[in-house]
Amino acid sequence: MQAFAHLLDTLVYTQSRNRKIAVLARYFRETPDPDRGYALAALTDGLPPALIGRLPLRRMLAELTSSFIDPVLYKLSRDYVGDTAETVALLWPDTSAQRTNAKPSLHDVIETMRIGTTPQRTDALGRLLNRLDTSERWALLKLLGGAPRVGVSARLAKTALAEAFGRDVSEIEELWHALEAPYGDLFAWLAGRGPKPDLGSKPVFRPVMLAHPIEDEDWPKLSAEDFAAEWKWDGIRVQIAAVGGDVKIFSRQGDDVSSAFPEIRSAFLNLNCVTDGELLVMRAGEIAPFNDLQQRLNRKVVTAKMLRDYPAHVRLYDLLFEDGEDLRALSFTERRARLETWQADHRPPLTDVSDLVRFESFDMLRDIWSSTRDDGIEGLMLKRRDSAYQAGRVKGQWFKWKRAALTLDCVLMYAQRGSGKRSSFYSDYTFGVWRESDAGAAELVPVGKAYSGFTDEELKMLDKWIRTHTTETFGPVRAVSPGLVLEVAFDAVQPSTRHKSGVAMRFPRVHRIRWDKPAAEADTLEATKALIGRG
Amino acid sequence: MASPISVERWLYPAEAGLYCAPGDFYIDPHRPVERAVITHGHSDHARSGHRAVMATSETVAIMKVRYGETCACAFQSLAYGDIITVNGVTVKLAPAGHILGSAQVVLDYGGQRAVVSGDYKRAHDPTCTPFELVSCDVFITEATFALPVFRHEPARGEVAKLLASMAAEPERTHLIGAYGLGKCQRMIRVIRDAGYDKPIYMHGAVVELTKLYQALCIELGDVRPVAGADPKDIAGGIVMCPPSALGDRWSRRFNDPVTAFASGWMRVRGRARQRGVELPLIVSDHVDWPELIATIAETNAEEVWVTHGRDDALVHHLASVGRKARALALVGRDEEAE
Repeated sequence: MQAFAHLLDTLVYTQSRNRKIAVLARYFRETPDPDRGYALAALTDGLPPALIGRLPLRRMLAELTSSFIDPVLYKLSRDYVGDTAETVALLWPDTSAQRTNAKPSLHDVIETMRIGTTPQRTDALGRLLNRLDTSERWALLKLLGGAPRVGVSARLAKTALAEAFGRDVSEIEELWHALEAPYGDLFAWLAGRGPKPDLGSKPVFRPVMLAHPIEDEDWPKLSAEDFAAEWKWDGIRVQIAAVGGDVKIFSRQGDDVSSAFPEIRSAFLNLNCVTDGELLVMRAGEIAPFNDLQQRLNRKVVTAKMLRDYPAHVRLYDLLFEDGEDLRALSFTERRARLETWQADHRPPLTDVSDLVRFESFDMLRDIWSSTRDDGIEGLMLKRRDSAYQAGRVKGQWFKWKRAALTLDCVLMYAQRGSGKRSSFYSDYTFGVWRESDAGAAELVPVGKAYSGFTDEELKMLDKWIRTHTTETFGPVRAVSPGLVLEVAFDAVQPSTRHKSGVAMRFPRVHRIRWDKPAAEADTLEATKALIGRG
Repeated sequence: MASPISVERWLYPAEAGLYCAPGDFYIDPHRPVERAVITHGHSDHARSGHRAVMATSETVAIMKVRYGETCACAFQSLAYGDIITVNGVTVKLAPAGHILGSAQVVLDYGGQRAVVSGDYKRAHDPTCTPFELVSCDVFITEATFALPVFRHEPARGEVAKLLASMAAEPERTHLIGAYGLGKCQRMIRVIRDAGYDKPIYMHGAVVELTKLYQALCIELGDVRPVAGADPKDIAGGIVMCPPSALGDRWSRRFNDPVTAFASGWMRVRGRARQRGVELPLIVSDHVDWPELIATIAETNAEEVWVTHGRDDALVHHLASVGRKARALALVGRDEEAE
């Protein structure tokens, strides 16, 4: 528990990604099994319920703390600290046992917590806490509580694991969903003491191939005849893996989103394949706006009404496996032919194959691209005809060509300090547009936030402007007087109930800093709302 | 013998601050007054512009460095333990253990005793005289860290953490944010006691007060201003600065520094993360919760008045253990600075 607590503490305070990876890699190399496996689980998907059952942690802690702290003082402390696990860790009495007792390992903790009634497990938790110091108590409660939120994504943890043992992260990603905590067979293979774990007959996630945004300097290096073009649909990229009567739907990052889309799972039942496609909401052959698809995401329970109002559909791009045969080494052209045949043979409901876009030259393709916004399409994809299906963003193989951005002139309202290298700069900007207040005066209302799109030189100038135009400071945030216009580029405007303005921007970034433009001449909320539906 | 005159009739918050009526003086007033008794040199307690100031000689010296020789028309120094009488009020200063020169103001009048503790701590601090417990009828206390989550660590252990970090990353300069008066010099002293004897560099804002500490015989070893020093000499060493400088443009001159912050607030992870602190050092010049509760009990005070900080939690707790307590809600106290 000491090593794990030290790891979490270091991760919390470390901002540099490379340093986080180094710290994690060292932990994975030096910590014995099964503890490193439990730590890996905690930092990625959380400890699986199969290991310790569902702990009513909040209730157990309320019970334990009530014996030594007044409820009002507990509540004031909890409000101040902002996190239950940390509050309890800080409040827990220090005893001499913490210095004399041997510390429990993560394995001991899990063995202790996995069995018994809730009162028994509550007592056991209390006894564990008595043996730990402040930071170990915090780490224990984070371990049991699920997501430790220590500034480490699952992807970063896997990257560090790969680094620790000199492997490619895509190999780990590929195996990941076939493995279970504490990952003994994975570590055995990584350490060279065992065979590569067998993926067997389970539907597992295969690392997804991604595209680079196409830049102006790319065009001269490319020939039109080497590439196929596809529409870039505005949904969610998914991978559907079906084998042995089981179907799983994964997001691009490998998150299992199957439970939110039962109708898609049914459509692939009894097939044996891994496909790559775009998840969309579709009504009578028409693709609904992205906002409709959002209604279906992150739902634990899918109601019949939701299935009816937001019907899901998968538009297929690629076929990775067919009846156990790995097609990924084949060229795009060959895989595409296999996909078309396969889809025609099996006709899974709620699917179709995404059309190829025919073109003779890049000039012709540019004309097609120019009309994508009016057609409600997110842009185009260019895929090298001879490209194998490889994990990640492989250089020069696939390109995305997003439709031209929309722009609005917005007024800078708040600036927030960045993190890491940018911690001495105000680098995150909240900007607004004008509307008429109830009293009839013009007022700014925030419409978005951006932290990219400017050069380091511009960042320095923005930082300076903010420091000299601050009207109020709230912790790391400064409010500024309305005097600087930012030309903001974004992909789309959506209606939003979460924002005061009633709108939300997708993918906003600073396009230009309009040092010359008076703030009063910036755009209005009316003009912003008029862009809803333009894409 | 006459019956005692209850304290609230002769000591109470007035517009300019806490006022002792029969003595006709204020304690740590937040605006200029005729006569002020000052507990210690921090700027939310010691302000310029009073006509007459009474304080320890160290506090007087600190005020003169901060605000100039003429920041008050007249100064009267009082040593710890000396007793004087002002219009029938007996005034004594007792060590508060907060920073160099910090004092509790002990007032006796009409058969009652009030202790205005100012800011204080019980933990060991080699740069100032330790806190002295004074029994009283009314104890007037701060509540900066008055939540049970606050338990400060011994400074020695936190400095060991700093030196371990320096050993682990010898090429990175360690930038330590610390309150410029008191905390900064205490950190330097504890770092010296841990055996670190290389030069320690200072942000311009802490230079004058550090020199004053040295002039008042606090041994701090080789300390030098950052300005004028060769960046190559500073690299991999220790630089002391005010907390605000950690995230300021000034810090950009150091290549990839470790940002440390010495403060009681660092016990809460969110506070450290919010400021982008990589190495939090839990060192405080205030009492933590257990010390606060213990000190109040030891004074045997019938009544406790709470000046600033988390008065809600402290007043609630004292009431629950049967002690009379109330919040004074004095204005002008900086509750965050530490």
